[in-house]
Amino acid sequence: MNAIQNTFRELVRFPSAILGLTIIFFLLAVSVYALVTIPYSEAIRLWRGGEDVWYQNPKYAAPAWFNYFSSVKKPVSFKVGTLDGGMTKTVKPVNQDISTVEITYAFDYTYDTPPQEMTLYFTSKFDQKLPFVSILWHTPDGREIQIANMAVDRRTTYRFSQDTKLQKRLKTDYVMNSLFLEPNSQPPKTVKGKYQLVINGTAFESGSDIDAEFVFHGDLFGLAGTDKYRRDLFLPLLYGTPIALAFGLLAALSTALLTMIIAAIGTWYGGWVDELIQRITEINLVLPFLAILIMVGTFYSRSIWLMLGVTILLSIFGGAIKGYRAVFLQAKEASYIEAARAYGASNLRIIFTYLVPRMIPLLIPTLVSSVAGFVFLEASLAVLGLGDPVLPTWGKVINDAFSDGALYQGYYYWVLQPAALLMITGFGFAMLGFALDRIFNPRLREM
Amino acid sequence: MSAESLTVNTENTVETKQAFGNTTFMRMTKYMGLRVVTMAITVAIGVYLTILIANMGGYVDTMMRNEIRDNMTQSILANPAFRNLTPEAKAELVQKKIASEEARQGLNEPFAIRSINYLVNALTLNLGRAIYMISDHGSKEVRLILLERLPATLLLTGTAELILFFGSVFIALSLSRKYGSWLDKLTIALSPTSAVPAWFYGIFFILIFAAILRVLPFGGLVDVPPPENPVDYALSVLKHLILPATSVIVSAIFLSIYNWRTFFLIFSSEDYVEVAKAKGLAPRDVERRYILRPTLPTIITSFALLAITLWTGLTITETVFLWPGLGITIFRAIGAYDTPVIVGSTIIYAYLLALTVFLLDFVYALVDPRVKVGAGGAQ
Repeated sequence: MNAIQNTFRELVRFPSAILGLTIIFFLLAVSVYALVTIPYSEAIRLWRGGEDVWYQNPKYAAPAWFNYFSSVKKPVSFKVGTLDGGMTKTVKPVNQDISTVEITYAFDYTYDTPPQEMTLYFTSKFDQKLPFVSILWHTPDGREIQIANMAVDRRTTYRFSQDTKLQKRLKTDYVMNSLFLEPNSQPPKTVKGKYQLVINGTAFESGSDIDAEFVFHGDLFGLAGTDKYRRDLFLPLLYGTPIALAFGLLAALSTALLTMIIAAIGTWYGGWVDELIQRITEINLVLPFLAILIMVGTFYSRSIWLMLGVTILLSIFGGAIKGYRAVFLQAKEASYIEAARAYGASNLRIIFTYLVPRMIPLLIPTLVSSVAGFVFLEASLAVLGLGDPVLPTWGKVINDAFSDGALYQGYYYWVLQPAALLMITGFGFAMLGFALDRIFNPRLREM
Repeated sequence: MSAESLTVNTENTVETKQAFGNTTFMRMTKYMGLRVVTMAITVAIGVYLTILIANMGGYVDTMMRNEIRDNMTQSILANPAFRNLTPEAKAELVQKKIASEEARQGLNEPFAIRSINYLVNALTLNLGRAIYMISDHGSKEVRLILLERLPATLLLTGTAELILFFGSVFIALSLSRKYGSWLDKLTIALSPTSAVPAWFYGIFFILIFAAILRVLPFGGLVDVPPPENPVDYALSVLKHLILPATSVIVSAIFLSIYNWRTFFLIFSSEDYVEVAKAKGLAPRDVERRYILRPTLPTIITSFALLAITLWTGLTITETVFLWPGLGITIFRAIGAYDTPVIVGSTIIYAYLLALTVFLLDFVYALVDPRVKVGAGGAQ
């Protein structure tokens, strides 16, 4: 306990270690938050969901915070509905059968460009007679535009820009422009202020009802934007954190521990055991690590947990064994080991209670630094198209973005956000690892 | 990651009795001979393991059977002697031929024998035929597809590695002279940047220099269409080489400098260096004769280890930069599910790694006095 305290006290002397620790704690907090708020199966369902889950989002929308850095303010997407209370809905009975339903929604529009699309999703309840709605649009400069009159089925979708009748009435191919731009303004300017959407509905049966959901597709969306499949990128960015950390930590921890134990066993028993371990290490050096991972991913399964297993298996006989071996060879001759042998300790007891613990200070810096490498390995595999098919990970987002040519088409946010997260994670662990190395490695201390 | 990785091979040479041959040449030959044998065995085992992994789901078997079926069907359809046969008779003939060919190639043998056959095929680079991919010259031979890609990979790895290695060693030497200066501190502070792999810097470089500034190409090996004039061609390749090579170098250089600097600092505090300094030797001579010379074996080891990491690590960098090397071929093979190409490239990589290790041993033997004077020998 005291040793840990001392280490910590020394650690805070390094600014990079403090920064690294802060990053790691932040990532851990995010992981806990992600796992608590979104269960594993739910995350997979959302990530794998298509239009049915994500229909409310625009495609290729940059994050909403882009507006803070841009002089042209672009519209931010939103959605409201009567069911979640976002739109006001008033039902007035006219007689015993007929009732009117008025749905209104007003919103402030302060952006410089018109949105991509607006959509109304109606759901209604009735037996035989379809309810009827008429949609009106009030602009801040006092114009009232008749949008559509139509009967609504149990599920009806109305898309503003695809209504050819509306296009004809407004004499334009771009409905959004005539709804949001000042008429005849050159260059085009949006009318800023309070817009109001009014839906006047009539239901012709008792018990018949209309509900509506208004989906507004701007150019920007949420905290992280969306991808080609309308998915909210915040989900993979958030949920990628625990996955990246789990992969990195598990791989680093098991590789380091197993490598050390193997080195300890080899040096302790010596002879053919040692010889065998050394030969395996040499063969392992010749095995192309990434190529084998690629092969396993292509032929068997792309599950992240299998990849983790293979990674560990291929890493435990790494070059580090030789370094550990050199230290163990010295430790083996130490007098306290001799003492242990004299009192009759078994081989395993000596290895696990005397040899291995002695190496832990040397192990920790390497372990911490190697987490970064493994986190990036997962991302690298995903970028090669060998990412886990069901899990939302950072690498997967980069891979999707690449296969869609995001950098060529200017969707920089799509690549940069996961990349920034990966980089922060990598730096966090590397900085802490370096500081630990300087603390635990006395030769480096003065240098 | 740590400085330990630099000292990997040093204890590999152990004391043996001075029994055999006395000339340096004889000892070198003996040493190299032994290394060739051990290396060959290591490569064989490495490739064999690769085959085992590849064939765990019967993939190599399927590859072989498909190839035999293709060849036999082709040979019978193309043979004018069988033109008059009915389709049924032809099909029967094909089946018979396939069966006999499979028996001849040992596909009906137990796996132990079959896998040895595959090993021999792999070692002789008889890698079979690709399913979908074709080489630029129109061949479906996996060997040709891969060998055609090798020069591009060699160019990128070689350039990056040479600059990276010599750059970091010399910068580290000069830093170890001025240790404690702000430049030195800056390098230490920057060394965690090497946690980020090259392809990752590549993304940013593409973004900055290709997408935003538009001064360098997004990727590829030469302009399209390639310039006719060889000088222009070379210049165009050079222009395309800048970004990928830079990202490889940037991703590794700071850690490399840091490690070397630490290493040189440790060595420059040795007693014999102090003595040399006390004798009043010029700092340049001290550096060359008392620091660089004894650390040469370690420097060479790390050169080879660096090469090994670069070999395999370039897969994604090449993909990101559309650099037509081995790496992007693997990437395309994964996309096309082209099993023979994937297995073939794994084998080529195993060969490259083995060759690197072998070359390392050779140079090692040249500079390590323990080998030269006969104290050393392969285990």
